[in-house]
This record gives sequence, structure tokens and C-alpha cells, in this order.
Amino acid sequence: MSMPFYVSPEQIIKDKADYARKGIARGRSVVVLQYDGGILFVAENPSRSLHKVAEIYDRIGFAAVGKYNEFENLRVAGVRLADMRGYAYDRRDVTGRSLANAYAQTLGSIFTETAKPYEVELVVAEVGEDPQDDEIYRLTFDGSVADEHGYLAMGGHAEGIADALSRTWRPGMSLGDAVSAAVSALGASGDGPPGPAQLEAAVLDRTRPRRTFKRLSPDRIAEILGVSPAAPPAAGVAESPDLPPAEGQGA
Amino acid sequence: MNDLPGLSRAFMTHGASFADFMARTGAPTGYPQVVAGTVDVPHATTIVALACEGGIVMAGDRRATMGNLIAQRDIEKVFPADEHTVVGIAGAAGVAVELVRLFQVELEHYEKIEGMPLTLDGKANRLAALLRGNLGMAMQGLAVVPLFAGYDLDRSRGRIFSYDITGGRYEERDHHAVGSGSVFARGSLKKLYRVGMSANDAVMAAVEALYDAADDDSATGGPDLTRRIFPVIAVADADGVRMLLDAEVGAVVQRVVDARLTHPDGPTASLPGSDS
Repeated sequence: MSMPFYVSPEQIIKDKADYARKGIARGRSVVVLQYDGGILFVAENPSRSLHKVAEIYDRIGFAAVGKYNEFENLRVAGVRLADMRGYAYDRRDVTGRSLANAYAQTLGSIFTETAKPYEVELVVAEVGEDPQDDEIYRLTFDGSVADEHGYLAMGGHAEGIADALSRTWRPGMSLGDAVSAAVSALGASGDGPPGPAQLEAAVLDRTRPRRTFKRLSPDRIAEILGVSPAAPPAAGVAESPDLPPAEGQGA
Repeated sequence: MNDLPGLSRAFMTHGASFADFMARTGAPTGYPQVVAGTVDVPHATTIVALACEGGIVMAGDRRATMGNLIAQRDIEKVFPADEHTVVGIAGAAGVAVELVRLFQVELEHYEKIEGMPLTLDGKANRLAALLRGNLGMAMQGLAVVPLFAGYDLDRSRGRIFSYDITGGRYEERDHHAVGSGSVFARGSLKKLYRVGMSANDAVMAAVEALYDAADDDSATGGPDLTRRIFPVIAVADADGVRMLLDAEVGAVVQRVVDARLTHPDGPTASLPGSDS
């Protein structure tokens, strides 16, 4: 009779964490930053239909990196939780904090109780009446929650991008400045800033009534950046956002 | 994932309908349990809708009645359903308002999950399905009859849908009215409606129709100039839904009421072949 090998709990947790980190590091990046009129999300994402940034509720947005099917599952669950709470109580009773808690619980139990952890990192952002009321929560694959302020980057080259943002971001910057800072930061680790057609951007605009989430079209991004909108990716070339960039290709 | 804390399996399963999701989780939605007997509850009355150049206009009076009493004199019965559609309700007010709330969440929920809104026909069908869920209560006197209208982005024009209590869905041409005063409102609209009329003219025709409904139906409230309570009017076109401001409706109402001081029955239609 053969005996199974003993593996210490520390080793199991470490292996799972390494596995999840590697999966997340392969993907493209997303940045989230506060500007004077709200919260801006910018993702490197050539797909027009498979989103990395999405609306959850009136004042709550969602951004994710990692494996598409896993964060898409979490996004849909978040929309359901928010809509259910808003219908059962009131629209103002739907908060980013409670959603971040639900995600933390879910990610935490998936990490400890299943064989394969989710290879995702999420941001739940809620825009307030004033910049100091904005809330940005960052959730990692093991269910940890961090309360972020100002700006953050996650995904493939998160450290380099965050480093670039630390030099350009300042409180109360305009939307135009915030978009420029985000795009140049995304290009900091690769072959220069990605073009408007390679970007997915959206804002939680605190001046909008009720639903504050609004996508910025490539044309609008090009207008803000003062460049011409590059042609959209040819049919069949658009990749799924969870795929790593091809070897040698600028991310 | 049922045994894990956090978001249970019901949250992770496939589907874009909010009402179906609520049913799966066992959460309560708009419909209370059916019980024996009948109850006396506030009823909402007349709603009119007209297709106009580039969209639709919907208007509702402000009265809710309970038997021979006025339950509320400033109830709102016309609501934006989403960015391009509006829904008006007649019937048991409590059930109807809850139905509208559920319908609004249903449309927004689908849009967020699927990343695009339903087609206008899809929305009209969803409302029919939600309405069908209320059939048990409708049989006991708590019927809801909605009127649904909106701008169809695919066909670039306004469209109007009426319903019966079983969830039957019928597309209407040009104009329609529901509720206790609807027979009088419809008669009025027939004489005032012109194909391709402007949104402003359609608003005027809607106010005239509601005035005629209130004239002959005690459950429909006329414009209340002393309290400044006017019909709720929504316009839906390619730019989206706009609820008219009290001041805008007030100006139209004032013109209608002023004209009725000399012609109490309202505008007269021309008679073909008549000498006069």
C-alpha cells in the first residue's frame, strides 16, 4: 500500500498563491485613479466586447485583471447582489464596502477550500459626493482587501505602472490629465503608450444623476489625448483579455 | 459553491433576468401571496400615450381612488422604465407601482449583465411575463394594466404597447389609453390626433384627452389649478426619456383650461360636407 506524500499546509498555501500570482502577472494591466470629477478606469484591452471595466450600480464600478471567466463570474454576482439590495431596500443602501466584503468572503473561501484559486485581482470603486468620500477597494486572489487612495495599478506590470503613476498623479487633477497620466503609465513598462483602439476606459462621473458609470469611446480618448484614433483591430485579431500578450509583442 | 460563505451558487449561475434570479434565491418580489377574499385598495386610473414625430408622449392623471373616496390626489403613474422607454399604470396602485419597480430593475439588470440593452420588443415581452405572474391577484380584483411605450432605436420611431391582465401584449397604432377614463380619453384622442404631429402638439392633445376623461369619469382627476397638481407627462425620443417639468405642463394646462372657459367641451372637429 502506498502512502501519499505529506505536504505541509504552508507549502500548499504558498503553491496556490504562487500559481495565482503567475496567472495574474501574465495578463495586461488596469489602472484606477481619482480625478476631480470622479474615478477613472483605464485598461489595456483590444477587445470592444469583453470588458475588464464594468458598471455594478449607480455609484459603483468594477475593474479586474486575470482570468476572464473567473472575474466575469464575480462581476455578474456583484451586479446581482447590488440589484437585489437596491430592490429590497433602497438604491442608496447599495454600498461599495458591502460588495467588497462579499467579494472578499467569496475569494477567501475559494482560495482556502478549493484546489485551484481564482487567478484574479479586482477593484471595487464607489464615487462619493466629494473626492474625500470616494472609496476604492482592491481585492486579491486570497480574499485580502486593501483600502486604496489616489491611484492604483494591477495586472502584468503593476509595479512599474504604479511607479510611473506615483510621479504623475496628483489630487484634483482634471479628466484629461488623468487619462494622459494613465495611458503613459500603461506604456511605461512596454513599447510606449498604447493607442486609443487598444484601450478600454470608463469613469464614475460624480456630476451625473443616478447612474454615474460612463464608458469613454476610443474617439473620446483620442480627443482627450489629442491623437488620431487608430483603426480598430481587424476581425479575428482581437484577443480575449485573459490571454497573455504574444511573445515579443508590445503589451 | 453552496457551502462557501460569500456569494452563493445562485449568484454565479447563468441568466440575465433579475426576476428569475430573485425566484431562484427565494427572495420576495412584487407579488404578495394570494389570499382568499377581496380588499379595498387605492386604484390608479387614466393613462394616455401618443406616437409623435420622432418619438412618443405619455401622460397620466394624478388621482387614486378607493371606492368613492379619493385616496391620493397627487399620485404619479407614469415612470421612465429605462433610458428610452416609459411605463404608465392603471389598476391596483400598490401592486402596480411595485411591478414598475421590478420592471425597471429587470431592464437595468439585463443591460449591466449582457453589456447592452434589450430591444424594444424584448422589453415589451418581459413586461408581459412579469404581468402574467400577477394573474392570481388580478382575478381577485387587484388587476394591473400597464401601458408601455418608447423609442425603438432599431426602427428609429416611437412605439406603443398595451396589455391585458393575462400578460397579453398588443402593439397599438398611433395612440392608446388605459384605465377607467380611457374610453373618454380615446374618443378625444381620435378627434385630436394627427399622424406625424410634433411632440408639443402631442403633449397638448394628451392634456385635452385627460381633461375629457376627468370630465366624464369620477375616478380620473382633472388638472388642479388651485393646488398646482398637473398630469405627469413623459416624452421619449432618440435622445432618451424626458419627464416634463411642472412649469412646462402648467403652461399647457393653463391654455387648455382657458380655452375650456369659452368652449367647455374642448376643441371641435370639422364635419366633412357640412355647410357650417
